[in-house]
Amino acid sequence: MERIYANRKFIIIGLFLLVGTIFVARLFYIQIIADKYILSANNNVLRYITQYPARGLIYDRNGKLLVYNEAAYDLMVIPKQVKSFDTLELCSLIGISKEEFIDHLKKARNYSPFRPSIFEAQISRENYGFLEEKMFSFPGFFVQPRTLRKYTYPAAAHTLGYIGEVSPELILKNPYYRSGDYIGISGIERSYEELLRGKKGMKIQVVDVFNRPKGSFQHGKYDTTAFAGTDLYSSLDIELQLYGEKLMAGKKGSIVAIEPSTGEILCMVSSPSYDPNLLVGRDRRKNYVKLSQDSVIVPLFNRAEMAMYPPGSTFKLVDALIGQQEGVLGPDTRYACPGGFSLGNGKMVGCHSHQSPLNLRESIMISCNTYYCRVFRSIIDKKSFRTTREGYETWRNHVMSFGFGKKLGIDLPGELNGNIPSPGYYDRYHGKNRWTSMAIISLAIGQGEIGITPIQLANLAALISNRGSYFVPHFVKAIGSKDKLNEAFSTKKKSDIDPAYFDIVIQGMEDVVLSGTARASKLDSITICGKTGTAQNPHGKNHSLFIAFAPMESPKIAISVVVENAGFGAAWAAPIASLMIEKYLTRKVKRTDIENNMINGTLNSAAKVIDQ
Amino acid sequence: MFILYLALVFIGWLNIYSAVYNESHQSIVDFSQRYGKQLIWIVAALFLAMLTLLIDGKFYSQFAYLFYGITLLMLVAVLFTGKTISGSKSWFQVGGIALQPAEFAKIGTALAISKYLSIIEIDLKKPRNLLTVTAIILFPALLILLQDDTGSAIVFLAFVAVLYRAGMSGRLMAILVAIPMLAVLSLVMNKFILIGLLLVAAGLYYLYTQRRIQTIIALAVIYIASVGLVFSVDFVFQHVLEQHQKVRINVLLGKESDLKGAGYNVNQSLIAIGSGGVLGKGFLQGTQTKYNFVPEQSTDFIFCTVGEEWGFMGSVLVMGLFISLLIRIVMVAERQRSRFSRLYGYGVASIIFFHFAINIGMTLGLVPVIGIPLPFFSYGGSSLWAFTILLFIFIRQDSYRYELL
Repeated sequence: MERIYANRKFIIIGLFLLVGTIFVARLFYIQIIADKYILSANNNVLRYITQYPARGLIYDRNGKLLVYNEAAYDLMVIPKQVKSFDTLELCSLIGISKEEFIDHLKKARNYSPFRPSIFEAQISRENYGFLEEKMFSFPGFFVQPRTLRKYTYPAAAHTLGYIGEVSPELILKNPYYRSGDYIGISGIERSYEELLRGKKGMKIQVVDVFNRPKGSFQHGKYDTTAFAGTDLYSSLDIELQLYGEKLMAGKKGSIVAIEPSTGEILCMVSSPSYDPNLLVGRDRRKNYVKLSQDSVIVPLFNRAEMAMYPPGSTFKLVDALIGQQEGVLGPDTRYACPGGFSLGNGKMVGCHSHQSPLNLRESIMISCNTYYCRVFRSIIDKKSFRTTREGYETWRNHVMSFGFGKKLGIDLPGELNGNIPSPGYYDRYHGKNRWTSMAIISLAIGQGEIGITPIQLANLAALISNRGSYFVPHFVKAIGSKDKLNEAFSTKKKSDIDPAYFDIVIQGMEDVVLSGTARASKLDSITICGKTGTAQNPHGKNHSLFIAFAPMESPKIAISVVVENAGFGAAWAAPIASLMIEKYLTRKVKRTDIENNMINGTLNSAAKVIDQ
Repeated sequence: MFILYLALVFIGWLNIYSAVYNESHQSIVDFSQRYGKQLIWIVAALFLAMLTLLIDGKFYSQFAYLFYGITLLMLVAVLFTGKTISGSKSWFQVGGIALQPAEFAKIGTALAISKYLSIIEIDLKKPRNLLTVTAIILFPALLILLQDDTGSAIVFLAFVAVLYRAGMSGRLMAILVAIPMLAVLSLVMNKFILIGLLLVAAGLYYLYTQRRIQTIIALAVIYIASVGLVFSVDFVFQHVLEQHQKVRINVLLGKESDLKGAGYNVNQSLIAIGSGGVLGKGFLQGTQTKYNFVPEQSTDFIFCTVGEEWGFMGSVLVMGLFISLLIRIVMVAERQRSRFSRLYGYGVASIIFFHFAINIGMTLGLVPVIGIPLPFFSYGGSSLWAFTILLFIFIRQDSYRYELL
């Protein structure tokens, strides 16, 4: 049987030879006849150059440029393409030693022999000029342009924030970013990152085997354009900010100023601060380490929103409003003050000596502790509440409608909630239903477990000046161009206090500055309404607080000042607030003696101390 | 034959060395690099070869079905416990080595069909026998398809040559050959033009041969079947093929130039080979392969290194070696006394030929990108060992020939 088919072997062998011949013919064609492959091979390297768009600029409310970009150049290397060359020349051109050169090249090789990595970051513009001419003699190296952030003024570091290299964890979560890209890490740079960063583009260049660019690949058909970042117009008033930082120099604390009619933040000072330009460029890492490791003054910490303080006497305003709303307080409600408020077990909440009794308006001006302990109790123990818990809950809800106890929702990262303890907290601490208004009496005068942030305080000032309504404080006024207003913060919020009850409180606040606890800080031409506070500090000297708004008739600025470990509110916080108001409303400060005291005085001395 | 084998393996290794060559790794025996590993595989392969030769010749024919069964089991097992590499769940991970049962299944199938066809009364013209042997071939092929390794599955088509030599109807063979050709034509040309041409061909055939009713009927049936084929190819292409497969075919046909995807591979391959010129750029001097522009250049596209560095001369030499090996296998197969050995030999030649034709065809841009290795050249333990065993079983069978006398 086999013999019959034996001849088929020829067909099979024939098939082998046929295929072989076809292949040989094809080889002949592509290797010998066609030129284009040889040419293509030489022109074959595709280099992907990422086009980094310019990051959005940031302006202040008057159009002054705050943050801009400066060109920088990274020297990149593809280790496998590096052939021997005059290394000394390259070293001298970019200003590194031969050892550093070897070290950098080894690092690049460890990263990847085939992929480009940064050989030397941020070469200066002058060096770049000299270098670019000679690039062809350094095979395997090329220059990638970058931009660096620059800050016009050495101020507002916490608010503006800074940018840094994106972390590997974030790259995993968000593939838009590649290793070595920059991203906003704090402040506005972070919260508006998506707008500021624009969109990367990609240019594909054809480079021959010897690393010489030959033009764009397919006439740029596959290139994508980069989109520049969106500019931001902030509500910051840089002159006011600079002034505030000058006043706060050498002290720990913060200043927050808001425009009450819009919620726009005019300035946010956190002291101690630092020059934002320190965290830019080649010295960035060095400076960052220095700043972040300073655990005494913690300069990277934005006290205005990340620090919590007991509000002290400033909180009496809140009690005054809640009391009226709950119907237990009126303009003529009087309480006598025998020097303090008795807690019943021999202890007392002390008060400074003053005339007695006081009505509501006077109680604000004089800041009487006894008065407010009485008011607080009358709210909590109101007959219509069945339990203390119910009374406290009602009180707490009122307080939270002022924006306390939870984040306001400003457009900066890291805002704290603040703390208005929940009823459950006291249940756990004292036992369920086993606490009365006396147990929590320190809340009445803004002490105890209550915690607020300076921005919440400033918001309180704005809220009072608007008779109960406020806009969420924010920095960015307009996006893209001056007219494109930021719609995200245009919702008006209201506290749950009837607007009619605010008048008497405002009058009280006017008195505070005219003849009350802050009378040393009054301005001749402008009516300031304010309230002092002294927050007790178990770790050291008391903190000095002050909130205010001005002018009384149509408020343009609401401000809160916190100076840590500075004693009475009237001693430091009030004068500073007053100077800031003067600066903002008149653009000039005439009371240079007070100014000098604030700037140059140490915290041991003080301006005229007024009895609280 | 042995010499040819050694020559191919050695040259293959040289080219892997070049393809993976990296200036910072100077030592030849660096085992972290592929050429180092391939050296290990080669040594192991030689060892396997020796082992294969030592085993008694009759062993292979007696245990043919057993081998086949074992490879089938491995194919099933890998579906459950296998590792997925490059989209195919076709690998076992054993220690530091990855083994591909599909490669060994080719050996098992070759043995099995040789055994089956060597049964004295077998006549492949009987449909039942034909179907049985087809089933033996298709079974492993389907299992491999389930692994998502279309390339390796297609290789089993090569066995049709064995069937042809074993007495399958010549007409059937002609039809089997005509079908893919027609399919290709229908992808390249406009359907209707093609159908028209077929009509013309049918008409001519009719005119120039006996005009019998049977001829007309047969002609009509063939014509209708062809038209059906043309349309179904079109349908399969549009609706059944996966996107990447479609693209590859289109790239091949010149309808698409997907420079970043499938087209990129072939384009780079052509550039690499084409730039070799007559004499090539020299050992280790291939710029395209040196800078890794050709993807998969140590596995599926290994021939590019040959083309670029050894040029036309070198490429023709390598191809010559392969063709010589194939022809030699066929000649040796013919002089076998036992049907089993002869058919097995054809099995070996078919498989090696199929790999050779598809792989090199792919690098030359003549065949769509189907990922199958070039025997003895492409990097990979499974592939090298499987081909080695495949070949050496046959060498053993050949020497056994003397013992039969």
